Amino acid sequence: MNAYYQFVAEVFFVMFILLTLIGSWLAVNARILMHSVLGLAVSLLGVAGLYFYLGSMFLTMMQILIYMGAVCIVLVFGIMVGYTPNESADKHELSRNMMLGLVTSGVAAFLLIVVAIGKTTWTQAVQTTGNFSIEWLGKSLLLEYCLAFELISVVLLIAIVGAIILARGGREEEI
Amino acid sequence: MILLSQSLNTYLILAVFLLVIGIYGMIRHKTFIGMLVSTELVLNGAGLNFMAFNKFTGPDPAVGQVFTLFIMGIAAAEAAIVVSFILAVYRKYQTSDPENVNGLQG
Repeated sequence: MNAYYQFVAEVFFVMFILLTLIGSWLAVNARILMHSVLGLAVSLLGVAGLYFYLGSMFLTMMQILIYMGAVCIVLVFGIMVGYTPNESADKHELSRNMMLGLVTSGVAAFLLIVVAIGKTTWTQAVQTTGNFSIEWLGKSLLLEYCLAFELISVVLLIAIVGAIILARGGREEEI
Repeated sequence: MILLSQSLNTYLILAVFLLVIGIYGMIRHKTFIGMLVSTELVLNGAGLNFMAFNKFTGPDPAVGQVFTLFIMGIAAAEAAIVVSFILAVYRKYQTSDPENVNGLQG
């Protein structure tokens, strides 16, 4: 019975991986820009499932809430306000940009997978503290990482104010 | 029987895939929003890497989660800033093609 549950969990894991792969492929290869954002959302959902397998329910929820709920909506808003619906990228033409991208990403993938991941042996930590509960995470955020926590809120505030100023300034005067 | 979800290399290879497909998309896309979408993929690869090392080799499980949360916050701030940039550029240049935004070309 236990092995059966393990098998089901592995099947779901592979499904999350496939969701990530298909979504990211759609995000970079879609012809219409809105489909690209849709692919990004699918890919983010797959990564959220992987976070669940890595032991953090909280980050799964945050991934869905922040990335799929906020960032994707901002992107859709940007498309709707500023763009024509069709991206005029010709898929069949093997342009210089595509060749450049293929070479760059291929070399990077080869170096990272074969040289970096393949030749390294990872060692376990000698002793571990804490657990994956939200309680421990909240205590760490408010005790050890308090400064970073406050700074990220300041960064978010500045980003919001800056975004408002950038988006509404310069409407009247022609520079 | 080796479990796919209990091996560090699965997550690392998936993170590498997210990174390289993000770089590929950044070069290939011809619009600003497309490049921003690819950037989000790269950031997600980084977050997945942090979480994987946190689970398999890290001494304290909170560290990787805090890092990934901060990456999410940075990504949200960056998306808001870039979208407002795009709107400003669109208003000034009346185009969505990055090739035509060349006011500094001289």
